[in-house]
Amino acid sequence: MKYVIIGNGIASIGAIEGIRQVDKENPIMVIGAENAPAYGRPLISYLLAGKIKADRMALRPTKFYELNNVELKLGTTVAGLDTQKKIITTEKGEEIEYENLLLATGGAPFTPPIPGAEGAGVYNFTNLAHAQELIGTAKDIKRAVVIGGGLIGLKAAEALFDRGVDVTIVELSDRVLSLAFDENAASLAAGRLDEVGLKVRTGVSVKEIQRDAEGYVVGCHLTDGGFLQTEIVVIAIGVVPNYNLAKDANVKVDRGIMVDDHMRTNAEGVYAAGDVAQALDMLAGENRVVPIWPNAYNQGFCAGKNMAGRDTGYSGGLAMNSISFYGLPTISVGTVNPPEDDKNFEVAMKLDEKKKSYRKLVFQNGNLVGYVLVGDIDQAGMFTSFVKFKLPIEAETRAKLMAGEPDALHWPDEFFNETWNPEHTEE
Amino acid sequence: MKRVYPDKEFCIGCHLCEVACITAHSESKDVVIAYTQERREKGITSCKKVFEKGHTCVAVSCRHCDEPACVAACISGGLHKDPKTGRTVYDREKCVGCWSCLMACPYGAIKRHPVENKIIKCDLCQDREEGPACVAACPNLALKFEER
Repeated sequence: MKYVIIGNGIASIGAIEGIRQVDKENPIMVIGAENAPAYGRPLISYLLAGKIKADRMALRPTKFYELNNVELKLGTTVAGLDTQKKIITTEKGEEIEYENLLLATGGAPFTPPIPGAEGAGVYNFTNLAHAQELIGTAKDIKRAVVIGGGLIGLKAAEALFDRGVDVTIVELSDRVLSLAFDENAASLAAGRLDEVGLKVRTGVSVKEIQRDAEGYVVGCHLTDGGFLQTEIVVIAIGVVPNYNLAKDANVKVDRGIMVDDHMRTNAEGVYAAGDVAQALDMLAGENRVVPIWPNAYNQGFCAGKNMAGRDTGYSGGLAMNSISFYGLPTISVGTVNPPEDDKNFEVAMKLDEKKKSYRKLVFQNGNLVGYVLVGDIDQAGMFTSFVKFKLPIEAETRAKLMAGEPDALHWPDEFFNETWNPEHTEE
Repeated sequence: MKRVYPDKEFCIGCHLCEVACITAHSESKDVVIAYTQERREKGITSCKKVFEKGHTCVAVSCRHCDEPACVAACISGGLHKDPKTGRTVYDREKCVGCWSCLMACPYGAIKRHPVENKIIKCDLCQDREEGPACVAACPNLALKFEER
C-alpha cells in the first residue's frame, strides 16, 4: 500500500487532504481503532449535552472516503510495526505493507492511580463511546463528580449538568483552566458555571473512590478530609500521547513521537502528526506536544504532502483554544501565562467583571505573542494575525491593540498588499 | 479561481459594499427592506469589514485561502475547501458556533451571527449570476473580482 494512516481523527483527515493535493490516484488506507468514520472529537460534549444528534458528528460527508479512494479499516487496532520490513500487523494478525506510514494515534486519557477507580461507574471522556455510555448512565443518576477542571473536565461537567445531573468538579490546582487560560479568564468561566449551578472545588483532589458492598460507586473521599456523595466519577485529568506502538518499534520518542520539520520520524517512510507528535511550536522555537485541534490538522496536512513527495516544511504550531461556558465565549492564543520575573514580557489587561468581558495581551520584546479574550471575542482573528505573522508593532498600532481594535491597516504596507491585493498570479 | 481583491488606494470608505452584501444575502433582495427590516429581525450581517486609518480605508472579507486556517480549526466539519471551485465553503447546518474559525482566521474575515450560534462568512455570492454584489456596488472600483 502506497499510503497507510494509523488513526482516524483530524490529523488523519488533514493527511488525506494533504496527500490528495499532490497525488490524486494511489490508494490510501486508514486504520481506525474506533468504529465510526472520523468525527469531531470536541463535539462529544455537544452530543452528551443533547445539543446535537449523533448524525452530525462526522467531519466529512459520507462519500469523502470513496471520492478520495480511501480504504477505511475501522474497529482495527494495530499491534506491531516493523520499520525495517515496512510492515504493520493488526491485532488480528493481518500484515499490511506500506511505503509511507503516518502515525496519527492521538492521545489516551491519563488516569492516575486512585484507589477504587477500577470498575463500573468510573469514566473517561475522550471519545464517542464514552459520550454514548454517559448518555445512557445520566438518565439513572442524580450526582456526578468530575475530576479535573481543564477544558475536557469542564465541558463534560457542563454536558452532564445539561442532562439534569448534579455535578461537582474537583480540581487539584487553585483554579480551573490553569493550562490554557489565565487567572482572570478562569475566574470568569468558573463564575459562569457557578451562576448556572455547577459546583467547583479547587485545591483538593480525590483520594479514594468509595464503593458499596455490591461495588457501586457511592462517593469520593477528598484530600481535605471531605466526602462527596456521587454515583459516577468522570476522570478528565488530561491526555497523554498514545505512542507505545512507535516506541516498541524503536521510533524515536520523547514526550511524544519526535518529528522533524517535515513531520518525518527517524524511521524511513514513517511520519507522525497530531496529539501523538512532538513537533515544532512556533513561539517556543522547539518541539513540543501541543495537543490542539488546528495543529493536528495542519501537521497531518503537511505530513500528507511530504508522503506524496512534495517537499513541504512545517511552519510550526500555535496553541489556541476557543470554548464557551453557558454562552460565555473564551479564546486564548499563544503565550498567556508568561513567566512573572521575565522582563522581556509585558502584559496589558482590561477586565470588566460586570459585563463579563476581559482582554489580556501579552507582548514579548515588543511583539504580540499571546492574548486572552472573554465575552467580546469578535476581534480575535485580527489579534491572531499579529501573533501568527509576528508583525512589528509601533506605538500607534499598540494603542489600537490595547483599545481592542486590531486592524489590518496597521499591518506593514507591503505585507498588507501582498496579502490582500497581490499583483502577480498566485499559481 | 476568481477572488475579490480590495485596493486601499481606491476605497473611499462609503460602506456601500456592506449594504450590497446585506441585500444580496436577504430574502427580499430589496435594499431598503433588507437594511431596515431583515437586518433587525433576522440579524442579516454583512460579510465585509471596513477598516479605516486616517484617510485610508479598505473593505475586506474572506480570502478563500488555498490552505485556510479556518478549515483546519473547524471542529464540526462545517467549513471545507470545495475541490472543484476552490472556494472555502460554509455548511450552516453543521456549525455548532464554537468560534474556533473566528479565532484561527488571521484575516479577521469571520464574524459571529448577532442572534444565532452561527458564523457569517463571504460565499462570493455563489447564487448570484453576476458575481459578488460588493464588487458591483463599489463606486470607485476598489474591489475587483478576478483571477490573479
